[in-house]
Amino acid sequence: MASVSATVPATASTALLVGCAAGFSGDRTDAARPVVDTLIRLGGPAVLIFETLAERTLALAQLARQRDPEAGFEPLLDEMLRPVLADCLAHGIPIVGNFGAANPPAAARRVQAIAAELGLRRPIVAVVGGDALASREQRALLTQTLAREGQALAEDTIACANVYLGAEGIADALRQGADVVVTGRVADPSLTVGPALAHFGWASDDWDRLAGATMAGHLLECGAQVCGGYYADPGFKDVPDLATVGFPIARIEVDGSCTVFKADGTGGCVDEHTVKEQLLYELHDPAAYLTPDVVADIGEAEVRRVGPDEVRLSGVRGHARPAALKANVFFSNGWLAEGEISYAGPGAEARARLAAEVLRARLGGQDRQGPLRVDLIGVASVLGDDAGDALAILPMGDARDVRLRVAANHVDRAGAERLTREVTALYTCGPAGGGGVRTSVRPRLGLRSCLFPRELATATVTLS
Amino acid sequence: MTRAELIRTVELRFAAHGRTGDKGNRSNISVIAWDPALYPLLVEQLTEDAVARAFAARRPTHVTRHLLPKLQAMNFVLDDVLDGGVNDALNLDSHGKALSFVVLAMPLEVPQHLLHLLRGPITDHNDTMETNR
Repeated sequence: MASVSATVPATASTALLVGCAAGFSGDRTDAARPVVDTLIRLGGPAVLIFETLAERTLALAQLARQRDPEAGFEPLLDEMLRPVLADCLAHGIPIVGNFGAANPPAAARRVQAIAAELGLRRPIVAVVGGDALASREQRALLTQTLAREGQALAEDTIACANVYLGAEGIADALRQGADVVVTGRVADPSLTVGPALAHFGWASDDWDRLAGATMAGHLLECGAQVCGGYYADPGFKDVPDLATVGFPIARIEVDGSCTVFKADGTGGCVDEHTVKEQLLYELHDPAAYLTPDVVADIGEAEVRRVGPDEVRLSGVRGHARPAALKANVFFSNGWLAEGEISYAGPGAEARARLAAEVLRARLGGQDRQGPLRVDLIGVASVLGDDAGDALAILPMGDARDVRLRVAANHVDRAGAERLTREVTALYTCGPAGGGGVRTSVRPRLGLRSCLFPRELATATVTLS
Repeated sequence: MTRAELIRTVELRFAAHGRTGDKGNRSNISVIAWDPALYPLLVEQLTEDAVARAFAARRPTHVTRHLLPKLQAMNFVLDDVLDGGVNDALNLDSHGKALSFVVLAMPLEVPQHLLHLLRGPITDHNDTMETNR
């Protein structure tokens, strides 16, 4: 274990409680209240985190900001913060969230406004920036890097480009006394590592402890997923009171190990199996989970139940952090068209298959990028393939409640709209008895990922 | 080895559970044994080749299996099975969230003496195949 550097602030040995109240943008907005109530009951140092930024969410937020300069942050920010902001301020529980998305300064202004509307004292709100790669130098380096890797992009198609920042900006903000820390793109586990760094005063190369906190953050970052959310499979994996499933809290120890449990009075369950399932979620090599803070290794980690709905994770090891940061670049990539129509009763499957043939003949291949995807919902859909092989080899059956879905990518909007018009035309020019047409046309954002030098994308911390 | 034992074939979900995650066009699927004594069966039977065959229609370019004996778990990483991934795929389930259940539907041979460790609603496995070996 690395020794603690003499330059870091005073260290704490008391455990830190980290509660999580959101696992994605659009998560349940009543999650925070029981988590905060539990943190207050337990007492001691505690932090509340909100993780609301999936890969795509940020690109969509950037498009929203282009339409409205005060938009581009988490649309549910008010619903998330209002129920708990007063108690968090009163009990000294800092709030850390990546709900700033593409516009952290606007989100920070909104937090101040919410506090004012609630008649609270003016909170110290920190904005952690620096994730957006927007300068001419950064963009030039990006496009060069992508071109070198055979993923060339025209610069005018780029919607947004961001690096995944690590925990340091968050830790700095908390050391400076922030009540609320608003970030854009940071690695999800860094929302937990930042508070742990600030609380324990670990050295930034204390790899084992950073890795422990990283995996604690990984268990928390999807909210209810470690408490029986996204887990139930009746008869195999029964979850009590799923309707009121709770959100998690991790008690992080000074050695980086942690114990995970759920908020008081909530449904769901925390056991060795819910924890293992979340531990491996979105991991590739379990010996090398790459984050901006550390490379975490769970090869020798242990998961042990230590009480009712209480599980301990220990033995996580860490290795030196990656030399470069990961950057995501989203770009305009044409238009997605989708259309659906239902067939029911005798011969429904045959009529739906005929409708698909008719659409293929009418649409041909023009305007389209790639295949025309055909799904028969109720027969073969999400487990099928774009080429339609799975459906083609499936013998004609007698499914009696079938929804035909077609989808394709197009270079321009006009092509996409031609597809949806042809689906609608099945009402009068298709097989018998089709009903319930729904269509949509949406702009598509493509994603390229590459590495980006740390020194050219450093975190900035601004307090207000 | 020495004595013939009754073997039953069950769907993997009776012996293990798992979850799918995605990054770009790459899917990872965890498989976690319900009981440590069942883990060796998974290691023996749930090979990279077997999983690649189960996903033949999705044309994985590579399947890697990572073993975690301390957790009685394994993690499969499947490259290029998401029709481009969440931002490009035409699939309704562009994340491939449902794919863990393709693995959980794979067959697993379980010797008689381990049957009591299986989970799930069926205890006699009367819809499964019996073989002696």
